[in-house]
Amino acid sequence: MKAATLARIARAQQQREALLVVTRLADGAQCVVDAAGCSGDLALAPEQAAEAAALLAAGRSAGLAAAAGLFARAYVPAPRLLIVGAVHIAQALAPMAAAAGFEVIVIDPRGAFASPERFPGVQLSDEWPDEALARLGLDAATALVALSHDPKLDDPALELALPSALFYIGALGSRRTHEKRLERLRAAGLGDLTGRIHSPIGLDLGGRAPAEIAVSILAEVIQVRYRGDRVETGA
Amino acid sequence: MDNDADSILATLQGWRAAGKAAALATVVSTWGSSPRPEGSHLAVDADGHFVGSVSGGCIEGAVIDAAVQVMASGRPQLLEFGVSDEQAWQVGLACGGRVQVFVEPVE
Repeated sequence: MKAATLARIARAQQQREALLVVTRLADGAQCVVDAAGCSGDLALAPEQAAEAAALLAAGRSAGLAAAAGLFARAYVPAPRLLIVGAVHIAQALAPMAAAAGFEVIVIDPRGAFASPERFPGVQLSDEWPDEALARLGLDAATALVALSHDPKLDDPALELALPSALFYIGALGSRRTHEKRLERLRAAGLGDLTGRIHSPIGLDLGGRAPAEIAVSILAEVIQVRYRGDRVETGA
Repeated sequence: MDNDADSILATLQGWRAAGKAAALATVVSTWGSSPRPEGSHLAVDADGHFVGSVSGGCIEGAVIDAAVQVMASGRPQLLEFGVSDEQAWQVGLACGGRVQVFVEPVE
């Protein structure tokens, strides 16, 4: 692999862009396939290029069926977890999610909560959630969990999250808290989408400690990522 | 997909930036119950340090040996391991299945 190809993959990951590297196994010749087409030492025939484009769209790595000896490796953006509320559970969840391969961003405008001392090595945003989410973008490789227990922080985040492409939306709170939250979201005209919110949040593992709840939340996020959302929609 | 490709390739870039030779191994085909999917990476430096994996741990030793050869020759190799393969028995592909691993030098 050329240094330039390695650098191209790193740049794509940073910009959350998917790309494909096609390798001829006989001699290692490669080309990079992105939205603009394919470039590099290896030229693809039209049917090979079409198959590569389909793999790129699906984010899947595989040998090309159209030609023996060509392997396509998809590099897709890392999944992201946006945590609203720099609370105790977030302190446990952030490093666990990072270990599971997520890019983690903790959002809380309250400096006393979102401090580097409480979140060593974690990417922090002291913006209001609506500002942070607008800046970060809510794509289909991103999950959001609202953990602050404060409607001033959680609600604006959920209002942006519900109509977005996010693959997972979860909100912490008792049944009663969630009922009130649903009322507010319905009043904001989002009633049709409130079924997307996972609440009670997390798989029911029975644990109550912050770290145990963090395991439940992360487990549910991973389950939805691979198995899809089983929650019924509609309020 | 593999979420860990990011950190594996970042480590690889770090080695090259430090002037160390390095190679990248990739699972390119699997049959049966292979533990790691197609596309899984293992990066190796000239001193045999490695990150990532191409199996449950059974063939990494053989792949690292091949990677060191690939760094020396500058030519890629396509390796195959399977339960019927004598070499696989030696390195202990207890996990079953068959895998093909492409090992390439990193410029």
